[in-house]
Amino acid sequence: MTMTANATDFYHSERRRRAIHGWLLLTPTLVMLTAFAFYPSIATVWTSLFSRGTRRNPSEFVGLENYARLFEDPTFREVALNNILYAAVTIPISIAIALVMALWANSKIPARGFVRSAYFTPTVLPMIAAANLWLFFYTPGFGVLDQILSLFGAPSVNWLGQPGTALWAVCAVTVWKESGFFMIFYLAALQTIPEDLREAAEIEGASRWTYTRRVVLPLLMPTTLFVLVNALINSVKLIDHLFILTKGGPSNSTKLILYYIWESAFAFFDAPAAAAMTVIVLIVLGAVAALQFRLLDRRIHYQ
Amino acid sequence: MSALARHAEAALALLVAMVWISPLMFAGWAAFHAPTDAINFNLAAPWTLENFRTAWDGAPWLRYFLNTFLLVTSVLAGQFFLCTLAGFAFAQVEIPGKDVIFVLVLLQLFILPEVLIVENYAVAAQLGLLDSILGIGAPYMASAFGIFLMRQTFKSVPKELDEAARVEGCSTLGVLWRVYVPAARSTYLAYALVSIATHWNNFLWPLIVTNSDTTRPLTVGLSIFAAPENGVDISVISAATIMVIAPLLILFLVFQRQFVQAFLRAGIK
Repeated sequence: MTMTANATDFYHSERRRRAIHGWLLLTPTLVMLTAFAFYPSIATVWTSLFSRGTRRNPSEFVGLENYARLFEDPTFREVALNNILYAAVTIPISIAIALVMALWANSKIPARGFVRSAYFTPTVLPMIAAANLWLFFYTPGFGVLDQILSLFGAPSVNWLGQPGTALWAVCAVTVWKESGFFMIFYLAALQTIPEDLREAAEIEGASRWTYTRRVVLPLLMPTTLFVLVNALINSVKLIDHLFILTKGGPSNSTKLILYYIWESAFAFFDAPAAAAMTVIVLIVLGAVAALQFRLLDRRIHYQ
Repeated sequence: MSALARHAEAALALLVAMVWISPLMFAGWAAFHAPTDAINFNLAAPWTLENFRTAWDGAPWLRYFLNTFLLVTSVLAGQFFLCTLAGFAFAQVEIPGKDVIFVLVLLQLFILPEVLIVENYAVAAQLGLLDSILGIGAPYMASAFGIFLMRQTFKSVPKELDEAARVEGCSTLGVLWRVYVPAARSTYLAYALVSIATHWNNFLWPLIVTNSDTTRPLTVGLSIFAAPENGVDISVISAATIMVIAPLLILFLVFQRQFVQAFLRAGIK
């Protein structure tokens, strides 16, 4: 009897001891996350509800006025549309290219090692450096692209200098940078598909195309979802090249939301507007998070 | 017919590969040629190191390299420390309310430090971290991604090893250090490669936090050096760009297999 009581006591104190250890282990992380994720998120919401303080007029509570101001701001509307277009163009194209690259890199082609590294190389380059490389492609007159086009007698185009083409030029850089990265995930998934499936399909007389479409693509679905979430996040995050290529111009045609947040906060010193935009971005990213948690089989991918 | 199609496909794959590395190839070639020759695509032009000399003298690159090195190592050290402790707690220690906290931590996967630049700047200012290497690295140290990765790895460590070590008289931290950390060696390597590549290349947050040459990392230094206002020519910018990416590129070519594996592991675990 006493022995059991002692054992339970021991068990309880042991449990308590472990829980305390656990909390101690988590403390440094929670402190850092609070300082650089939780507190700033809440502070952003808070800031977005106050007016911009000047020396004469201290900032005061204005409710949702900053949001109203934002939705009336034609630049914000343009920027939001740009970002939606940027996402709608770069996400499907880079995923499609990544898939094709992975299929190639996984098949028996000559110089496969070279092909794989060539596809993957942009991933390890800083976006800033990549933008420098691409600048020479786009420069009107003597840029590589113009020189190639002039071989076919096409006129010189100022790719980055006109609103009609600038965003597309920026998208091309993003697609180039992302495809190789996403390819890696497809390549990994392809290598887990058993060889028997292909053999079985061949015996059944299925063509390679049918095999790819009916067997491979469905098996790649979880990877596609994982890549999609990453691509969505990147369509908000990947803006470094704007600083070199266009600075958001000409006339805002390549300005994306994070760039506009940066500009509002650090060039126009309009923190409330930047905060309101940040809240909108957080809501969108939250929706993406919810999508991921719901759609993805929890065992498969997290990032 | 099928053989022909196969050859055409291989040729296309190769062509795309050429297109994909062509920007790098062109910059590599332009960096070693005079700007007039680079612009005119003069393939017969003589090679020169002049551009590297000009670029090197145009900015405190050595300092930038040092700053990037310090940044990458301090971020990595911070991440290893925090993610090891937290990953271990989430994987192997029974704590009431653990699941709720874990979901909170995972939220950071979506609340990116990049998005919170405005308020993170305010926090960094309050902590006196502006214009310091620690200020650039701090928001990334408690990485939800790293914590998740370590948790997954620690979960796969056999319970028997843990219990055996405890029977031998190891404390909780002793078990972590003697059993779990050695078992996770390959995860650490993978995570290190991904982290180094990420922070070597990071730009926006370092741009915001730094405002002097003694803290600027390479990416920010390069963007200032190559700014159109500075009127530096195409060959010199190429040389500077090649200089900045060379260490990482060489690291990538040497550790290619590990790099790819690292990114895979990082994503799929």
